[in-house]
Amino acid sequence: MTTRVGVVTFPGSLDDRDAQRAVRLAGAEPVSLWHRDEDLHQVDAVVLPGGFSYGDYLRCGAISRFSPVMTTIIEQAKLGMPVLGICNGFQVLCESHLLPGALTRNDSLHFACRDQKLRIENAGTAWTRDYSAGQEIVVPLKNGEGRFVADAHVLDELEAEGRVVARYLDVNPNGSYRDIAGITNAAGNVVGLMPHPEHAVEPLTGPTTEGLGFFTSVLKQLVNA
Amino acid sequence: MSLDTVKNAEQTPDAAQPWAELGLKEDEYARIREILGRRPTGAELAMYSVMWSEHCSYKSSKVHLKQFGEKKPDSDAMLVGIGENAGVVDVGQGYAVTFKVESHNHPSYIEPYQGAATGIGGIVRDILAMGARPVAVMDPLRFGAADHPDTRRVLPGIVAGIGGYGNCLGLPNIGGEVVFDSCYQGNPLVNALCVGVMKHEDIHLAQASGAGNKVILYGARTGGDGIGGVSVLASETFDDTKPAKRPAVQVGDPFQEKLLIECTLEIFREKLVKGIQDLGGAGLSCATSELASAGSGGMRIDLDTVHLRDNTLSPEEILMSESQERMCAIVEPDKVARFLEICEKWDVIANVIGEVTDGERLEIFWHGELVVDVPPRTVAHEGPTYQRPYARPSWQDALQADAPTGERLARPTTGEGLKADLLKVAGHPNQASKSWITDQYDRYVLGNTVLSHGEDSGMIRIDDETNLGVSVATDGNGRYAKLDPYTGAQLALAEAYRNVAAGGAKPLAVSDCLNFGSPEDPDVMWQFAEATRGLADACLVLGTPVTGGNVSLYNQTGEVAIHPTPVVAVLGVIDDVTRRTPVAFAEEGQLLYLLGDTADELGGSAWSQVVHDHLGGLPPKVDLERERLLGDILIAASRDGMIDAAHDLSDGGLGQALVESCLKGGHGARIIVPEGTDPFVFLFSESAGRAVVAVPRSEELRFNDMCTARGLPATRIGVVDGDSIDVQGQFSVTLAELKDAHTGVIEALLA
Amino acid sequence: MARVVVDVMLKPEILDPQGQAVQRALPRLGFTGIADVRQGKRFELELEGPVDDAALARIREAAETFLANTVIEDFTVRVEEAAK
Repeated sequence: MTTRVGVVTFPGSLDDRDAQRAVRLAGAEPVSLWHRDEDLHQVDAVVLPGGFSYGDYLRCGAISRFSPVMTTIIEQAKLGMPVLGICNGFQVLCESHLLPGALTRNDSLHFACRDQKLRIENAGTAWTRDYSAGQEIVVPLKNGEGRFVADAHVLDELEAEGRVVARYLDVNPNGSYRDIAGITNAAGNVVGLMPHPEHAVEPLTGPTTEGLGFFTSVLKQLVNA
Repeated sequence: MSLDTVKNAEQTPDAAQPWAELGLKEDEYARIREILGRRPTGAELAMYSVMWSEHCSYKSSKVHLKQFGEKKPDSDAMLVGIGENAGVVDVGQGYAVTFKVESHNHPSYIEPYQGAATGIGGIVRDILAMGARPVAVMDPLRFGAADHPDTRRVLPGIVAGIGGYGNCLGLPNIGGEVVFDSCYQGNPLVNALCVGVMKHEDIHLAQASGAGNKVILYGARTGGDGIGGVSVLASETFDDTKPAKRPAVQVGDPFQEKLLIECTLEIFREKLVKGIQDLGGAGLSCATSELASAGSGGMRIDLDTVHLRDNTLSPEEILMSESQERMCAIVEPDKVARFLEICEKWDVIANVIGEVTDGERLEIFWHGELVVDVPPRTVAHEGPTYQRPYARPSWQDALQADAPTGERLARPTTGEGLKADLLKVAGHPNQASKSWITDQYDRYVLGNTVLSHGEDSGMIRIDDETNLGVSVATDGNGRYAKLDPYTGAQLALAEAYRNVAAGGAKPLAVSDCLNFGSPEDPDVMWQFAEATRGLADACLVLGTPVTGGNVSLYNQTGEVAIHPTPVVAVLGVIDDVTRRTPVAFAEEGQLLYLLGDTADELGGSAWSQVVHDHLGGLPPKVDLERERLLGDILIAASRDGMIDAAHDLSDGGLGQALVESCLKGGHGARIIVPEGTDPFVFLFSESAGRAVVAVPRSEELRFNDMCTARGLPATRIGVVDGDSIDVQGQFSVTLAELKDAHTGVIEALLA
Repeated sequence: MARVVVDVMLKPEILDPQGQAVQRALPRLGFTGIADVRQGKRFELELEGPVDDAALARIREAAETFLANTVIEDFTVRVEEAAK
């Protein structure tokens, strides 16, 4: 049976088609999910793609978080369904309180688009099991509000529990605390990531193909489950 | 206050009207009275004044623009030509591509962020209105001196506006230009280009036909944006409880535009529209009159049904409003319900505001009263035409006589001198890395970007399965055009053509943005006449028709005009994007060949500007047959795997091209100056029709044979090697030194 | 220390996309009866010296030239009681 991975389209989602392409290249079937639809159409996992949902007005992800589809996703995530939030999707996960912390304006005050080196810190999540801990990868990064912040207590807890999934190497592009590029929940099924692995899945269009591992990881997780 | 209805206009023929304040000439006002057989109403006067403005009617330029049609080359690729929102080109496999470059210069100077942002919004809607999904944008930008305080105000705002709007739309920004020159102080040029893709059967046109079909206005609500000019009228007929000043600036909402794009594409997929037009300059006046004029002629509009953001707007203001993110569609009655349903799905406001009639008049009602009753063609397509006087400027001869000879401008004579000038040119803001700017744009979104910033052209894949792709390059050189506008325009085309070919794509079509000073100045008008003549002649030779574009006049402060700046965009097609040729020298040991001939041509060059702050002489000569041959060779070599890198030679000459290709690839080069060639001319001349290519050793024989057989001079000048550029017998400069000079320049000035 | 508050709002006739997006979301979340939303910026300026006419004039100048973009924004300046 083909694994079905849902990709949500909010008003203002931009990287939804890219995420679908990445899911397809990883060998799963992408399923388009509409923000107004509570039904997840029997998907096995969900990707919340990048973009500027609702224009990122008010706060990034703040309005999308209340869409009908998120009600179901939050329920299912708590029951263990793998959910990956990329960029704006990460912001939605934080606003939904599925992940701690928040994403704020880059310290440079500029939107930044660059090929970013990362270190995978936790290769045990649903979305990173195809990597090895300590592995270095390069994927695109593009955000204006990607600076991960949380209070010291939360940061210490994330570190202590090994919930930092990826960290920026060489350059911290947005001033994220402790160079954090991505985190997971305690169960390891919900991952939020600021950089864009879905833009590094083909040699023709990406700086590398090192982003594909996020999408193959979840496939393995689901097949083995 | 009484409403100025048609009836009222008939009864008060002698009422004074502010036609002069609205920018109309006396004879134009008389002509309007003649067309209507009475004085116009306030709303009619507003419509005519804005539609007959230079910006909308091209009244000064159209006698010259005609040449693009008259000298149009035969091309099988043209599906839709000049006159629509944008031209459409056949790229094979059932796909059609539409593209257009347009200016948003004046608004971007007043409010840089919003001016640049709404410039993107406008061009994207033009492309969307053709039936295409917008897939990429590019921005050719020109600013005053990089170290001028006002550049610090204007540039960051413009760049942030382009990024803020374009990134939020999810359109990759894949190229463009950034040029600094004090002639643009006070008149920055913000040109914006968009490319869209569709299937042949999806082409839509801006026309209203079929009596009974509904006119639907959808998108953002209508507010008082950009009606500054018409407030002259408003002040007459309004009480003073309203905002005293209407904003001249429009504010963009990219989120609304993104919804508008997705909503419109879904409407196209279900084939729900007969005709469509975006709302840009002159808003509803323009859209209704153009739709009706291009259709059967008759349309009736009820302005009370327009969804307003500001309920105090008068009918004149509603007609003139330039509120962004709006479209106007012609829909058959039985498809209206489904149309509105799709709008609702995307949270897009939509209203039926009128219908197509079987008459020949555009009739507009307000509170049940007829306020506009005009033949739409007279508004939209039959505006005034001027034969502006023009004459070769008195200073042109002296400028051309001031050639940058060795006697006039000191040239470096030692290796160290050459090295110093190479670093100066590479480190000047015009040649330096633009990454501080381009890193604020998303180049990855949509996942089809094959080539982007720092390459000769931007290239995108349009079909995942077949790898069909298109590429676009924009070029313009105001310095060349100032020295000789005819040649300068041709050089802009030649460079864009060469850039597209260097990436491996076959050039197909042209869009142009003609940025000039005041047409009322005969010097400027001569520059315009010469540039258009040059461009039309060159398009005929290269077989690339002009499909559309835009003219921006009055780019001047007081008596001083900008350099004449024709910006030319060339669109090309490539059957297999995996065969693209990047600029980077990525393989050690590959052989470097210089294609074309190098002459002592330094007029208007980057070297003369950077080292001597000089502009004089003649620009490089143009040989269009040579350009075509060079293009053919670059395309064939790319397709057959004979070259792994190619970089066109333009500003800064060979030296600058080597710097860029070496830095991009992270490899140095050992270069030998060909016998009998002056090392300075070799490195800094800007002779056209040239490129440098990297040839794998295994392909050298085949590549040489091809060049020989086709008659293209190809000179082996060195090899990719080491971590410095080593010009043998002259100087050696490390990549680290070059990087130091070439990067960080813009941010040091602006950040 | 004295605090001066500068509120910067888009001029009423200028489109406020952020306010509109918030306004459209409110009813979906059950917050009805709100006719319009406009979003602005609030700057809190802590003065070193007393709030006198000269200081306020300087702040107005700062607001006019720097804090607000008067092409599209209005601003108001008001003194807030010192925090205890």
